[in-house]
Amino acid sequence: MKRVGVLALQGAVREHICSIEACGAKAILVKWPKDLEELDALVLPGGESTTMRRLIDRYGLMEPLREFAKSGRPMFGTCAGLILLAREVAGQAAPHLGVMDVVVKRNSFGRQVDSFEAELSVKGLEKPFNAVFIRAPHIVGVGPETEVLCEHEGKIVMAKSGQFLGCSFHPELTDDHRITNYFLGMIPSGTGTLLPNGPLYSKV
Amino acid sequence: MSEHGTDRVKRGMAEMQKGGVIMDVVNAEQARIAEAAGATAVMALERVPSDIRRDGGVARMADPRITEEVMKAVSIPVMAKARIGHIVEARVLEAMGVDYIDESEVLTPADEEFHLLKNTYTVPFVCGCRNLGEAARRIGEGASMLRTKGEPGTGNIVEAVRHLRQVNAEVRKVVTMSEDELMTEARNLGASYEFLKEVKRLGRLPVVNFAAGGVATPADAALMMELGADGVFVGSGIFKSENPERFARAIVEATTHYQDYKLIAELSKDLGIAMKGIEISTIAAGERMQERGW
Repeated sequence: MKRVGVLALQGAVREHICSIEACGAKAILVKWPKDLEELDALVLPGGESTTMRRLIDRYGLMEPLREFAKSGRPMFGTCAGLILLAREVAGQAAPHLGVMDVVVKRNSFGRQVDSFEAELSVKGLEKPFNAVFIRAPHIVGVGPETEVLCEHEGKIVMAKSGQFLGCSFHPELTDDHRITNYFLGMIPSGTGTLLPNGPLYSKV
Repeated sequence: MSEHGTDRVKRGMAEMQKGGVIMDVVNAEQARIAEAAGATAVMALERVPSDIRRDGGVARMADPRITEEVMKAVSIPVMAKARIGHIVEARVLEAMGVDYIDESEVLTPADEEFHLLKNTYTVPFVCGCRNLGEAARRIGEGASMLRTKGEPGTGNIVEAVRHLRQVNAEVRKVVTMSEDELMTEARNLGASYEFLKEVKRLGRLPVVNFAAGGVATPADAALMMELGADGVFVGSGIFKSENPERFARAIVEATTHYQDYKLIAELSKDLGIAMKGIEISTIAAGERMQERGW
């Protein structure tokens, strides 16, 4: 079984866990650096990016998260999670993790009264995806290796760059698990299959 | 096609606040301190509840200037309070673009009979509740987020504990009831039958429920999380303490790591003096804010 961590400092953690488990993988809460061990992939959920960043710094998670990225394992950021992954945040001197080759702008659709839901056409998904945008960021620039998966009203709202997947909206707030499934598909096949018998995982 | 102000968008905004701390602030400087400490949102108001309690008189929506300055000062969401049933205060806050409105018993009610019909607004609302019936009525009117009423401005957690335990016990009872018992329970609670069916199906409330009304220390915040709150509002507890910055940071961390007791011990060391509390029995019945609204 694939083991997928969810950064559980704050935000829509429960929804991602439900979505991951609905897709047949094992979801693991990540609050401390040691929780990153033995994961096949990691989700950075929606929430408040400034809060998450403060807690990342306070509990020494920054380097372990960057190491996790270096190891090549898939990472998926939704909304605040996308902001944490981006190599540049417009108007900010320094990025957070800075590992995904995209530039994002925070709150770029406006305040909460401007938040919305919309039917999106996402590359790789056959039918439209009903997406919830909440004080959402959008991707203002992408690197050469980044694949744009979805645009809404001329703004990039979902992209994939190597092992990184990011979206402006919240797939976890709906019962449609196709995007979580898409992300789980980025985990190399065969990963995690030793889990039931492997002594390495005895502490599970 | 984009749709604004749907239940999913309004309730979803509260989902993003989960595990976080929302702090009362009365000016831009306090808002910046709250944001730097890791607050997930700030609540802009003219006076914190303990000052409202001390000063007496009618408490109203804050001067829009204060709210506007707070909105300019921070990038996290800004909430603001309107009086119970005050349609125009709520519409003014919505027009200003605040991210969430608290239809709050901390302010003097404008209407003693009717709460706002919150599902006619694009902006989402949070409301206080003491039990499942009250929760059901506020959600029925369109609240997208709940919080315990507690007893605001007291620095005393006992009422918030009572209200959260009450709501959660009633949720558990509904979940274990058989379908044919729900209508009678609906009548007893003053809740709609459809609402109780939804609670039974979900196994929980359909919206996020935060703790509020008496949180004064990191341990108080962790206690409310332990009892099942989705997050914490801190009113007077931060800026009426001796060292607001340290209290704010410690309460944020204790909320995230609410079951890590060694950490909470560390966080709680040398914080200085917490806000001075009030024993509930010394408050005259007519002065209990939790009795406002129904």
